Amino acid sequence: MESQPSQERNEQPTKEVPHVLVMKPPPLLTLFEDKFISTKFQLLKAWESTLPLHQFLTTHAGSVRAVLCSGASPITPHIIQLLPSLQLVVTASAGINHIDLNECRRLGIAVTNAAGVFSDDAADAAVGLLIDVLRKISSADRFVRHGLWPATGDYPLGSKLGDKRVGIVGLGSIGSAVAKRLEAFGCTVLYNSRKPKPWAPYPFYSNVHELAVDSDALIVCCGLTAETRHMINRQVMVALGKQGIIVNVARGAIIDEKEMVECLVHGEIGGAGLDVFENEPSVPKQLLELDNVVLSPHRAVFTPEGFMAACDLVVANLEAFFEDEPLLSPLIDE
Amino acid sequence: MDSQPFLAKTFPPLLVLRSPSVPPFFFFKSQLQAHFHLLDPLDSSEPTHSFLSRHAPSVLALLCVGATPISSETLSLLPSLKLVVASSAGFDHIDLQECRRRGITVTTAGQAFSEDVADFAVGLLIDVLRRMSAGDRYVRSGSWVTKGEYPLGAKLSGKRIGIVGLGRIGSEVAKRLVAFGCSIAYCSRKEKPLVPYAYHSTVDELAKKSDALILCSSLTKETHHMIDHGVMEALGKEGVIVNVGRGGLVDEKELVKFLVQGQIGGAGLDVYEDEPLVPQELFAMENVVLAPHASVYTPESSTALQELVIGNLKAFFSNEPLLSAAQLE
Repeated sequence: MESQPSQERNEQPTKEVPHVLVMKPPPLLTLFEDKFISTKFQLLKAWESTLPLHQFLTTHAGSVRAVLCSGASPITPHIIQLLPSLQLVVTASAGINHIDLNECRRLGIAVTNAAGVFSDDAADAAVGLLIDVLRKISSADRFVRHGLWPATGDYPLGSKLGDKRVGIVGLGSIGSAVAKRLEAFGCTVLYNSRKPKPWAPYPFYSNVHELAVDSDALIVCCGLTAETRHMINRQVMVALGKQGIIVNVARGAIIDEKEMVECLVHGEIGGAGLDVFENEPSVPKQLLELDNVVLSPHRAVFTPEGFMAACDLVVANLEAFFEDEPLLSPLIDE
Repeated sequence: MDSQPFLAKTFPPLLVLRSPSVPPFFFFKSQLQAHFHLLDPLDSSEPTHSFLSRHAPSVLALLCVGATPISSETLSLLPSLKLVVASSAGFDHIDLQECRRRGITVTTAGQAFSEDVADFAVGLLIDVLRRMSAGDRYVRSGSWVTKGEYPLGAKLSGKRIGIVGLGRIGSEVAKRLVAFGCSIAYCSRKEKPLVPYAYHSTVDELAKKSDALILCSSLTKETHHMIDHGVMEALGKEGVIVNVGRGGLVDEKELVKFLVQGQIGGAGLDVYEDEPLVPQELFAMENVVLAPHASVYTPESSTALQELVIGNLKAFFSNEPLLSAAQLE
């Protein structure tokens, strides 16, 4: 890293403070702009320019070493090509499917995300969705709000959590937080991951189909990649079975949504708790009619505390980078 | 009239008392008929009073189905009664004082429901904090497409949970919430030794130090309207109340006022003061989750209850130790 003479830096601070490129503002930046103010860097806001992005980058971003991206401004090989000095990609999200990791790896560009700060909240939501589907909580709430309790009297039975075998798809920071919670309910935890985790005391399944065969519920906690796209397909769902429940707090595209809708409508799986969908905010119409699904508008994993912590983590990573210190949450190649 | 098999007359007689409004979940007739000769006033055209008087001499055991009231008046018609088998989680509907006075043993539902009720309580808490049912309504109504993002919910991990009544259900709730990174405190009639949670002697004290109260205690004269104006004020504007105990634990009118005025953060309710009536004001609220007294409703709880009830009765009639006799203080 080039070192700046300290005198020069003190005389003209703003000129020397390095830029962080932002092509489109991530939701967190819009919500909490003042959390991103730092003495160690300044934001280069491409969207505020009248220039088209391509031109803006070639004109202004030649010496940019760091970029703050989001789903709305993905880091593609094309973009990377326009940023010859790029060394760091920072995202405020847990998900990284909007970043071309292969290209970054090839060029030695570091990537940081915010998975850790959302893990507890995501796990709380995942377990909440599972309980809701198994014990029909939202369905019961509809029943009461529609005035059906006095009229109909009896409410249908749900299903006990504790004797369920729950398969966690992806035992990363979110998946392991889910596992810890499920153990307290007496559930048996199983998992599938790219590779077995030496620290995990749960049975490992090398593919998600076999996991589904042995599970009563699947909780999807993995990242979206080329390998995991539509990984939860019809075969997996049929293996999960007619009483089986799917919970997804990861990315909609990990599940073949069309097939899932068919399976739900035809009773080939027992129910689903979904916080994410393939084409948000569009949700398949058939799901809106079903009583055995719980639908959440990609909100379940977000809390104000989680968002604050994500902002802090983004800033901390950027500041560490510009001070030549270790990054706080770099993606590690597994 | 009698639909029982011929040999049933040699089974021990069991008086069955049940209100017609009790949900079918609590009355497993065929399983009982396999072991006992059921005496059920509802199956007879005779008025209950005279039915009881006529059968009284042979009635040693009575099954109280669900929350059917067992008053001292009813008990006074049964001079030979030695055992009342309860089949619901609470027994505030049974005159326990009279049972104690008469030396009548009461058996409880033991552990049959504890886990399922605890699971439900945790589910209600997450739902209220994270607006899950409200979010679900938002999606189903098409608002996610037309109105955009739904507001953020509140974090659960790290919250201070106050458990009101650390009995079997309360303990199971505590165990679960510890795994979510919550800190647990409780209040109870007496401090429980060997319990790793902070004890508060009054519910006001507990409320002051909590972000959410989970009501798991039984309903007695002392606990009636225990959650009153003062407690709700102490809990505060962000505070959440989850009730899987009995509606009567809460001053419901006050709770509604607090919710309507935004003086409390939210509520997850499975029980109410006058079931199945639920205060209409609650129907429009986003920070409230309403359930129809369903926290025990799983087939697993049903099976566990049947086994326990029948097990207690068989033990009684064989002069063996009962499985879940209540300590009547």
